[in-house]
Amino acid sequence: METSGEARAILTMTGIGKRFPGVRALDEVDFRLFPGEVHALMGENGAGKSTLIKVLTGVYDVDEGDIVLDGAPVRFTGPLQAQQAGVSTVYQEVNLCANLSVAENIHIGREPRRFGAIQWGELRRRSRHLLDGLGLDVDVSAPLGSLSLAVQQMVAIARAIDISAKVLILDEPTSSLDAGEVGQLFRVMRQLKGEGMAILFVSHFLDQVYEISDRMTVLRNGRRVGEYATRELSQLDLVSAMIGKELAALEELEEQPRRSLAALERDRPVVEAAGLGRNGAVAPFSLTIHRGEVVGLAGLLGSGRTEVARLLFGADRADAGALKVDGEPVNMRGPRTAMARDIAFCSENRRTEGLVAELTVRENIILALQAARGWSRPLPRRRQDELVDRYVKALRIVPANPEALVGQLSGGNQQKVLLARWLITEPRLLILDEPTRGIDVGAKAEIQRLVVTLSDGGMAVLFISAELEEVLRLSHKIAVLRDRRMVDELANDDEVTAERIMAIIASGNGTAPPEAPPGPHGPDVVVLGEEA
Amino acid sequence: MANVVRHRFFWPLLMLVVLLASNLIFTPDFFAVDVRQGHLYGSLVDIVRFGAPLILVSLGMTLVIATGGIDLSVGSVVAICGALACLRISELGDQNSVVGVLMAVGLALGLALLLGAWNGLLVAQVGIQPIIATLILMVAGRGLAQLITDGQIITVNSSPYKLIGGGYWLTVPFSILVALLVFGLALLLTRRTALGLLIESVGGNAEASRLAGIHARRIIFTGYVFAAFCAGVAGLMISSNVSSADGNNAGLWIELDAILAVVIGGTSLAGGRFSLGGTVLGALIIQTLTTTIYTIGIPPETTLLFKALVVTVVCLLQSPAFRAKVFGRRRKPPLPQPDREQPTKVEVPA
Amino acid sequence: MTAVPGTVANGRSRVLRPQQKYLPIFATLALLVLMYSAGVLRYDGFSDTQVVLNVFVDNAFLLVVAVGMTFVILTGGIDLSVGSVVALTTMLSASLLEERGWSPYLVLPLVLLLGALLGFGMGCIIHYFEIQPFIVTLAGMFLARGLCYTISTSSITISDPFWTSIAQQRFRFGGFFISASVVVALVVVAIGIYVLGYTRLGRNTYAIGGNPQSALLMGLPVARTRIAVYTISGFCSALGGVLLSFYMLSGNSGHGLGLELDAIAAVVIGGTLLTGGSGYLVGTVLGVLVLGLIQTIITFQGDLSSWWTKIVIGVLLFVFIVLQRAVTRRQR
Repeated sequence: METSGEARAILTMTGIGKRFPGVRALDEVDFRLFPGEVHALMGENGAGKSTLIKVLTGVYDVDEGDIVLDGAPVRFTGPLQAQQAGVSTVYQEVNLCANLSVAENIHIGREPRRFGAIQWGELRRRSRHLLDGLGLDVDVSAPLGSLSLAVQQMVAIARAIDISAKVLILDEPTSSLDAGEVGQLFRVMRQLKGEGMAILFVSHFLDQVYEISDRMTVLRNGRRVGEYATRELSQLDLVSAMIGKELAALEELEEQPRRSLAALERDRPVVEAAGLGRNGAVAPFSLTIHRGEVVGLAGLLGSGRTEVARLLFGADRADAGALKVDGEPVNMRGPRTAMARDIAFCSENRRTEGLVAELTVRENIILALQAARGWSRPLPRRRQDELVDRYVKALRIVPANPEALVGQLSGGNQQKVLLARWLITEPRLLILDEPTRGIDVGAKAEIQRLVVTLSDGGMAVLFISAELEEVLRLSHKIAVLRDRRMVDELANDDEVTAERIMAIIASGNGTAPPEAPPGPHGPDVVVLGEEA
Repeated sequence: MANVVRHRFFWPLLMLVVLLASNLIFTPDFFAVDVRQGHLYGSLVDIVRFGAPLILVSLGMTLVIATGGIDLSVGSVVAICGALACLRISELGDQNSVVGVLMAVGLALGLALLLGAWNGLLVAQVGIQPIIATLILMVAGRGLAQLITDGQIITVNSSPYKLIGGGYWLTVPFSILVALLVFGLALLLTRRTALGLLIESVGGNAEASRLAGIHARRIIFTGYVFAAFCAGVAGLMISSNVSSADGNNAGLWIELDAILAVVIGGTSLAGGRFSLGGTVLGALIIQTLTTTIYTIGIPPETTLLFKALVVTVVCLLQSPAFRAKVFGRRRKPPLPQPDREQPTKVEVPA
Repeated sequence: MTAVPGTVANGRSRVLRPQQKYLPIFATLALLVLMYSAGVLRYDGFSDTQVVLNVFVDNAFLLVVAVGMTFVILTGGIDLSVGSVVALTTMLSASLLEERGWSPYLVLPLVLLLGALLGFGMGCIIHYFEIQPFIVTLAGMFLARGLCYTISTSSITISDPFWTSIAQQRFRFGGFFISASVVVALVVVAIGIYVLGYTRLGRNTYAIGGNPQSALLMGLPVARTRIAVYTISGFCSALGGVLLSFYMLSGNSGHGLGLELDAIAAVVIGGTLLTGGSGYLVGTVLGVLVLGLIQTIITFQGDLSSWWTKIVIGVLLFVFIVLQRAVTRRQR
């Protein structure tokens, strides 16, 4: 740990531990925050960033460890209490009321009153003063919802500092902002920093982190990897710290003689995307997936991986480019169009976009096949049982009870149910979005092995994962995404290593040699996804 | 024994039995069913006979609620269909003409389908909240019904029409047969085809259903059409039973009774899993309650008090917040962990 | 933690542009002016000011009930019990005054308190047990209506001197008059406007309707506000019931049948969003006037029957709900 030996830390968290049933979300995590700094909290999905913030602000109880704020030990019971003590959080989804005016949103609950009546003039005056201080020129009586998201976030910040914030937590504030708006937000952050506020900043955009933060703490798998001064840590080192190396917990896949990419590319392409894109989701990209080919999508969370998958499946409609399936142009109007072309998609959000929790394992498994057949041609019960039984056994779904409710299964088994749903439709292209996230090692290995078997059988697979090791092991070809743009596509031969992909992710440049990542304040500082 | 108690029909069934049994105290021959003049008679028969319209409306309501919606307009549809059918029959030269009556019935049911399509359109296509979308027809529909009857009570004297709600066929009241038929049809359509599964899926998680390739909008639309159809048949039954159409009072509050029946029957108002059998039980409970209060000699109007009580109790029991606060948090059984002892090779049957 | 730019993850973000904020009210106002002008042009005697005043006289109770309903709908809730509570109030007042011979000075506060208490109870159940307002107030509706019938199934005429004197009280000016009920209703509206616009309770009501999660995270007293809103609605219903008993001078279990629908319709036509968070009491007043004017026109027309009222209200409801959809852009 490097000590900067500056002023006393306003916030210290030591030895923080947090358990959830079956998971150690945080393990012995230390964290320090100094006045007048912007401190980035970095880590992949599931690394424990959110949990740390929630433990700090009292959304979760602390299992182990101490939190000291301004010299005094604290333990908050909720975000409200934290806010009163000076720790305010502003989330990506602004937690304000869009229907109320800017002035009200800043002051609601603390309006100036005389004889119980709210003094609107005074309220507006105070709000205008506060926003002027942040260099914002906004009509304070306009409804919040009529303003851009960036301004809404600034209003949220104004509210937070008006309640007296010593520590300001910005949880992914820039995810939905365009370049200009980010600049506006950063200006306010710099100003607050100058006034001595301690700011904890979470973002998936590396360029932004390098532009605004002074120091960073990197988490991985619930543990702290380290605390670094931003200017002393190269982007490449940061990416390595965040992604790490998969421990040898997984037994190696038996190295099967895999068909070479060249051989695969002689086969006919299943899907060809040319300049496919959607404004605000992902910049136009081109990608071809052949029969029997596993294409890996590498990139950090929020880099546009999921968006690529959704466009190919028709979950969202593309507003640019063209898509061909089996060489024929397809107007992808929705999931049904994709399904009719034998494309299947396992969403990363199992609970909200995948399974129907109150239905049984059997019902969830046959859902897509049944939807494709239409309501009037029910799958005969015997056939259902046969199919379900086969896949419950093959994927080793536990409990092996087809009538168990899916909502009561563990994450890995839910993932397998979702996989089974699409496998019984016998797709030719299977899109797997983070199929191994949040599941135990055993299930992970099984799913990886399954992907190999399927592709050997001729199925095309689009495999999305934050774990580079996994992508490297399974893919014939890897497409790299960064900041909602496909930056490179490379054949997965012996030359390709995790380091090289990390370098591409870090630099955003496929041809740049890994030894020379651009400096934190290089010329390509703000590359944002919003502008396609 | 524990399995019996845990069965989803246990509590509603127990309630029904207790209600029926309590009648026995006041009316010893309550359970007696006999055949007089070739017609089935008895208190039990009456309960089902008078409960038939409610059963019908509740069946339709069940499917709408299962998709995550609600239909407040069924009462108005009941009134409109009864009114239209009676109007057409009253205009017939020969009110006993079977063809004429059939045409009137067909017309009324056609209108019901149209009204259902209107609701479905507002909810599934325009995207208005179900409560609000169906409120429109609930308000305007009463007016429409009165418009059809011209504010009068239209009386008809048609024996073919009388059959629907008040007649007998093979000794059994015809309305019971109709209710049974619709129940059977609904069961067949939802459980013998995949419709039931698709409805439960849409009600359980609409976005996941869309991504699994289900036509969520079409399913929701169909739900409202079916609900209106059921309400239409109920409207015919009610007006046929009294041989008249009252645009103002026919089917008044039936939507609330139907929602109550659905909830008692174990279908959650949040949508998803539904039970048509449970709904029929719920409707029978409500009808028995009404009958019981009547036979015991309590002023019939107090039925409302009992209904209030039942709604409150059932909803409180269904509310997770209530269970958590009153009974304390029950620990869920630990999640089964996959055994990792022998990682066998995955066989992929695809 | 999915970060999808372009999709605003704003729970229930609805966006009203400033100039659109008052659009529904102006639409209602325009409708009202149009209806009135049409009436004046078409019917003799329609231009008489007393015609307008009579709309107030005949609908004073509805106005009071609609004020309470506005509070509830602003939080995104609904109160189906209002009609029954109105009936219960008329019934209880009549019974206590006439059959028990209680003093009107005791009866009046008692029935008002009872209404508020009913609303308070429903609010508690809705908030603490997280049951949909629709269902809870449905139970409340059954309960209140059922209690009516336990008091008596027949109508009770009120002849209490205090009650009749207020009922007959006329405030005259020029050649015109309004009843005491109108004064009460207007006072209620004025208080309502003050509470919604100038007190924390009122602003919290809007906040909860706008985004309940945010309201909670901003530290607003969500529980207290939500319960208060139903209590206000219960109180307003009881007061509306008292006004109706002045108007009818009777207690009847059948009073106020379907009144909840009229109240909801008035609120919606007045431009309040049924999803909560947006709307003004002035709009509700206009909405009640629209409903009243429809009845007046139908009476003047003579050959149109009363059911046209319902059809027209239904059509207006449809138009205004579609207008709401058009004005608010809801993001999924």
